[in-house]
This record gives sequence, C-alpha cells and structure tokens, in this order.
Amino acid sequence: MSDEAPLKKTPLHAEHVQLGARMVPFAGYDMPVQYEGVKQEHLAARGAAALFDVSHMGELELDGAEAGRVIDELITNDLSKLAEGRALYTCALNESGTILDDLIVYRRQTDKWLVVCNASNREKIAAHIATAARDRCAFVDASDSTALIALQGPKAMAIAARLGDGGRALGELRSFALCDAMLGGVRCLVARTGYTGEDGVEIFCAAGDVVTLWRALFEVGSELGLKPAGLAARDTLRLEARLSLYGNDIDETTNPLEAGLAWTVKLDKPSFLGKQALLAIKAAGLSRKLVGFEMTGRGIARHGYPLLDASGATIGTCTSGSPGPTVNKNIGLGYVKLGHDAVGSKLLVDCRGKSIEAVVVPTPFYRRPS
Amino acid sequence: MSEIKTDRRYTSDHEWALTDGGLVRIGITAYAVEQLGDITLVNLDAAVGAELTAGAAFGTVESVKTLADLFSPISGTVVEVNAALADQPELVNDDCYGGAWMIAIAPTNPSEVEALLDAEAYGTLLSK
Repeated sequence: MSDEAPLKKTPLHAEHVQLGARMVPFAGYDMPVQYEGVKQEHLAARGAAALFDVSHMGELELDGAEAGRVIDELITNDLSKLAEGRALYTCALNESGTILDDLIVYRRQTDKWLVVCNASNREKIAAHIATAARDRCAFVDASDSTALIALQGPKAMAIAARLGDGGRALGELRSFALCDAMLGGVRCLVARTGYTGEDGVEIFCAAGDVVTLWRALFEVGSELGLKPAGLAARDTLRLEARLSLYGNDIDETTNPLEAGLAWTVKLDKPSFLGKQALLAIKAAGLSRKLVGFEMTGRGIARHGYPLLDASGATIGTCTSGSPGPTVNKNIGLGYVKLGHDAVGSKLLVDCRGKSIEAVVVPTPFYRRPS
Repeated sequence: MSEIKTDRRYTSDHEWALTDGGLVRIGITAYAVEQLGDITLVNLDAAVGAELTAGAAFGTVESVKTLADLFSPISGTVVEVNAALADQPELVNDDCYGGAWMIAIAPTNPSEVEALLDAEAYGTLLSK
C-alpha cells in the first residue's frame, strides 16, 4: 500500500470529496471509485446519464505535416483515410506484436493530432511517441494541463443541449467525430466517444476550466437524472459492453488477434511497429482467445481466477469479472484455449477453490437499444 | 458514523456476535456493509454441524467490486445457517443486524463472546 510518489489529484478532486466520493489510488491518482453506489451509478448511465472524471488519462499532442505518419507507424489501425474531425480506436504494439496500449487517435485538423492513452501507460506511451516524433513533428504531453470528463447515457445529448447553442450543435456530431465547442462558457474539444456502451460525449478542456463545466453540467443535468459516477461503475459499464481494460484484458503479454481486437489491425498497411511479429503469430495460428462468459452457478468470477474444463484441467484465466447490474448476471471475460472458445462451451471458474459453472456467451453482454 | 448496536459484541473484522438464548448469532456490521456496497452474493460454506474455531473462515460476501471473508468470532458448532441469504443477498444491505444474520453457533465456551469488543470499543475502532 506504500506508493512511493504522493498521489496526484485531478482538477476535480475537491468536487469529488465534496460529493462524498470514496477515493482510491488509481494509476498514481487519487480517484473517485464511487459516490452513491456502483449499482445506482451504473443504472444512471444506462437509464439517464452519468458524468465521469477521466482527467487522469493521458493527452498527447502532435503537430506538423509528418505527425499523422509518425502516429500511423506506431499503431495497428490505419490513419491514412481518417478525415479531419474524426477519431479512431487502435492498439499500439511493441516489436513482438503484443499490446503496449489501446488508444484513441483524434485528427483535430489536417496536421494537428491528439492521442489519448491510459493513465497507467502515460509515461511509457509519451516516451514511445516522443522518440518517434523527434526531428519529424512537434510533440507535447499535455496531460497535466488538460482535463477530460465523459458525459454518457441516453440523456447525455439532451443534457449537453441545455448548455446552449454549442451544446445543441453536438446532437449533429456523428459517432467518433469531434469538434470544438463552447459549453457553459468553457472552450472545449468534444468527441462522440465513450467507454460505457451508451451514447454520449467525452469533453476535453483546460484543467483550470473543468470545475466550471462540471458544475454547469450538474446544474442543467440533475433534473434529467445526471449522476456523478466513479471508476467502479465505469468498469462494470465497460465490461457489459465488452470494452477492453488495459492491465486486465490486454497488456504486453497479449496480442490484438487473440484479444478480439483484430478489427483494429490493418495488416494491409505497408508497415507498423509489431506487424512482422503479428504476421508470424497469425501464420502460426492462435492458441487462445478472449471470450465472454456468464456464470450459471452461484459465484462471481474475478480477475486472475483460473478457468477449467469439466475434468478440472486449467484451460485459461479470467481477466475481468463482476456482476453486470444491467444484464443482471455475473459475467466475465477470460482467455481460453482454442476448442473452448465457441459460444455455448461449458467451463468452470475456480472461485478460490470452488469450481463454479459458467458458459461462453456472445458479446457484448449488453447492447444499447437503437 | 455507521450504526452500532449496544446489545451485542464485535470483532475488528467487522463481524457481530449476539447471544440469543443458548446460541450466538453471527453477522456483519453496518460499517462492513457500507464498505462493501451492494451485496450480490453470500456464500455460507459452513454447514449445520460444522465445528468452527475462533477466527476460522465460514464463508464469503461479495459485492459488485470486492469480496470479503467471513470469520467466526468464537469457537463452537454451527447449529443454523441463514439459507435465505443465498437467494436474497440484498437482505444484508437492508437488515445487517437483524434478518441478515449469517450463522448461529452453539458456543464451546460462552465467555468467548464477552471477550469480544463491546459497542463502545468497536465505535472507538471505527473512529480511528
């Protein structure tokens, strides 16, 4: 429990404390894990709207004619067709084809790019990109001066619209599109993205402005059911939507093909870091796959629990697991050996010595009503 | 400050022990419930007839995010298990000092209960 460096605080730290949040250390920050309760916050995001402080995430800015190519060489997805004002989700690999981080890359203007990385990987990814950018384009790690909040849920856009013209215009923003906007008097960059499986936006602004924006959103949003939501609800929401969590489901021991992220990998790109290794992995054939399962017996799978076949032999490991408050089942993700990955495959979860039955199911566990 | 009842004794692991006739009922405290959040699963591993020594694990409670072991505050024989909690774990959130007792023990040595923390001492522990 003795972290050497003192915990960092986001610019919203005092708001969280005042709202009665329980604060926990996460990726070097003192972050709100929950306010009212994970279930209420989860259900608010599914039924109305929730506001998350994700200012701990890393914001890396690249500027210059070469910037797009610098990023493109480091990622599995293809930036060559990404238009101005659009974003995409991607993996960044190391030379052995395993995952350094998962990222969202935003093209703000023709030569102006923003890369958002996980807080726990910020230093690693900042150094990685800075090295590639040297002598080719400008690179700035803007994480400390940038705040990021996520407004998510079926009422998210209605709440944004209550902040005036700038907010109303966001209704036109397509999924994975971004634009500049004035919201509650604050200059923002807004993207129609999120990590909950719901509609909504992620809003970047200067660290010094975010308290104003946070309060303005609650002022107009509370009567529509907007609640603050912490890291715990963020985790159960993303798990139901089967969005990967770095450090749990993906890391430097996993590759994007086995993690179900092949859709982010464009092997027809001329080159990218890790491509040769990934081609070799593909040629050799995968040995395991990340699958979703639900518990059919009474138990909750947790990160690290072994997955067994009917004979009790280990066939994999659970990477994420918890009750799913919307699907109302105990759900999980885990790597299993090929042969056990088909939907309907029965497996056992070793819940601290007790074997509890589970079955592989299609994912996402939850899909929002269209 | 979490609710503490003066009619029973406590452990530093946030279990309570209430003498009820010749039995001692065991449950978890309001503080424990607040720390756990919404209880989603109660596993009572100890069956009726099981012999427990003080400090022995007799089950687990799980919430959305975490899992906590249940430890018997005293030694004795399990004489009742609250079967309702298997299907209604949320009872623990609603009534942790009443209907959501977990097991009842016939104590080997009834004075073990008196040696546990009283309400005041438990309150002091929580205020630290």
